[in-house]
Amino acid sequence: MTSLLSGWGRTAPTAATLVEAGASDVPALLRQAIARGVIARGLGRSYGDAAQNAGGTVLAPLTGPTTVARAADGTPLVTVAAGTSLHDLMATLLAQRLFVPVTPGTRYVTVGGAIAADIHGKNNHRDGSFGDQLVSLDLVTADGRLRTVGPESDPALFWATVGGMGLTGVITAATLRALPVESAYVAVDTERVPGINELVDRMRAGDDAYHYSVAWIDTLARGRSLGRAVLTRADHATADQLRGPAARDPWAAPRGPRIAVPFTPPGLVTRPTVRAFNEVWFRKAPRHRVGELQSIAAYFHPLDAVDDWNRLYGRRGMVQYQLVVPDDAESAVTEALRVLADAGRPSFLAVLKRFGPGNPGLLSFPMRGWTLALDLPASPALGPMFRTLDALVLEAGGRLYLAKDSRLSPETFDAMYEQADDFRKLRRDLDPAGVFQSDLGRRLQL
Amino acid sequence: MLNALGEPQSLLLLGGTSDIALAVAARYAESGPLRVVLAARPGPRRTEAVTRLSALGAVVEALDFEATDTASHPALVEQAASGGDLDVVLVAFGVLGDEEQAWQDHDAAVRLAQVNYVGPVSVGTALAAQVRRQGHGVIVFLSSVAGERVRRSNFAYGASKAGADGFYLGLGEALREHGGHVLVVRPGFVHTKMTEGRDAAPLSVGPDEVAEAVVAGVADRKELVWVPAALRVVMSGLRHVPRPLFRRLPL
Repeated sequence: MTSLLSGWGRTAPTAATLVEAGASDVPALLRQAIARGVIARGLGRSYGDAAQNAGGTVLAPLTGPTTVARAADGTPLVTVAAGTSLHDLMATLLAQRLFVPVTPGTRYVTVGGAIAADIHGKNNHRDGSFGDQLVSLDLVTADGRLRTVGPESDPALFWATVGGMGLTGVITAATLRALPVESAYVAVDTERVPGINELVDRMRAGDDAYHYSVAWIDTLARGRSLGRAVLTRADHATADQLRGPAARDPWAAPRGPRIAVPFTPPGLVTRPTVRAFNEVWFRKAPRHRVGELQSIAAYFHPLDAVDDWNRLYGRRGMVQYQLVVPDDAESAVTEALRVLADAGRPSFLAVLKRFGPGNPGLLSFPMRGWTLALDLPASPALGPMFRTLDALVLEAGGRLYLAKDSRLSPETFDAMYEQADDFRKLRRDLDPAGVFQSDLGRRLQL
Repeated sequence: MLNALGEPQSLLLLGGTSDIALAVAARYAESGPLRVVLAARPGPRRTEAVTRLSALGAVVEALDFEATDTASHPALVEQAASGGDLDVVLVAFGVLGDEEQAWQDHDAAVRLAQVNYVGPVSVGTALAAQVRRQGHGVIVFLSSVAGERVRRSNFAYGASKAGADGFYLGLGEALREHGGHVLVVRPGFVHTKMTEGRDAAPLSVGPDEVAEAVVAGVADRKELVWVPAALRVVMSGLRHVPRPLFRRLPL
């Protein structure tokens, strides 16, 4: 069936044949692959063109069972099919008093997608990214072989696949470390921070004491208020911290979306509406509050409550820009916020967080430093501003996140990812006929 | 691939020495690395166009193109695509001809219809096959307001544009489900070498304004735009003017 597919940003749709198959059908499917190749797609939450394959085949999520076992040292290990969403995985794990080791800002991503994008969460500063929590993954490569690959058994293929955007093969299942928790709640400390310099200082000084940390920045604030933010940091709530409804039902798993955006409204995300929203949001945040109990959904995935929220950006869709710069390059973050504020582009809250050291993933995004993510309504007029930001990021020795990218050129990408050619070489050896292809792969000449 | 901001990595210009085609290429070359396939008649004009676009940083390849040699069109499109997907294709060839000769001289009338109507249908069909193969691609057809309501003063030209305009609007509908996007651009009077020496009509524009409308229309996935935009309203009015009155208008 030919389908028009786009990413979460709803930009640049292309047509592909969408195929539903079981894990055991994958080798046969790869043998039949036509000239334009195959890419696996999860829940389509990459913002750009990572899970699209114009004129080729796109493989729908592979479902299967989830099982929990204990390692020799007692660590809980969960083995899960690649097409399982983190939403479903969390429900399974919470029933066994466990939690996922890394969760992004949405539960609606698959395990396969989480590995392919090497996603990170608010605990990156202490636990690393999704790939760092993997014991092994099952991968069907271009030759149709199913291989179980781990960081010790085949480090080259493992670290090419972690962050490899699905271009090394089809991930069918994975085993990862789960985190024992005492409830489905987190205890959150919230503080309003008046500007970017104070924010950087407080995060640098205090983040290590918390399991999770994230700052939400008002990108329309300028001058002395540039980078004013609400900093929220949290730890998993212990059993004796629970009060009220949390005490009565300590293991309530996150529910599905409560409201939906049923159609695409025009012209909602404009400067006045975003300014008003950001102002209200900043004012209503407590100046300083300690130990507030929040559900997993409320703290980690606030936008998941609204189904299809990406439609709010209208027909043109949206672009997310997520950068990381090294720890000592926080001035690049300040400069990026200034470029954005000066351009007057309406961006809802930007997200700032600290990354821990990166991993050996050839195309993995995190590196020790600062990551800033911005959502903007797509517009051709954004081109020059993004190129200014690209130059700023490059100058600082940073890079952009491929799961969010929808516009980089191969030249800029290569300057940001110094192991890009190693990745290309591995692909040439592993997949000489080019069975695995995607629009992102074509755009970046991977 | 076309990126999220509507910036292409490759561009095929059919009628690649036209002022509008070159203005479009120049704009796209500003936004990043660009491969341009310039399909036009060989000659000094094409050589100059290659030099100009190369100077803007584009990687340019020239191919021989003759609008009336329809049998060669499918192979030409395949050759243009041999270096990679075609992200944006601009169908920018056409002749204006002598308006009175164009309905009194049999050869001139047939030639005008072949260049302005049969040629676009021929390349449009070949391009459609390429769009379906690659699962994406934007085709921009340079039409004219002259085709929107055909008038006495240049009806042979207007009728040929009207036919091709309708073909490309329909092609856009047909290619939607295959990932394709067709943009029909209806400029009014454009100051180019094609209109050199003629009296400008009201609301006339330059090639840069048409290029700007093309770039914006591609990014917004529009299907039909007028240049300048005000012509949409003007033409909407003119379409409904009764024939006896329309005849008397100084158009």
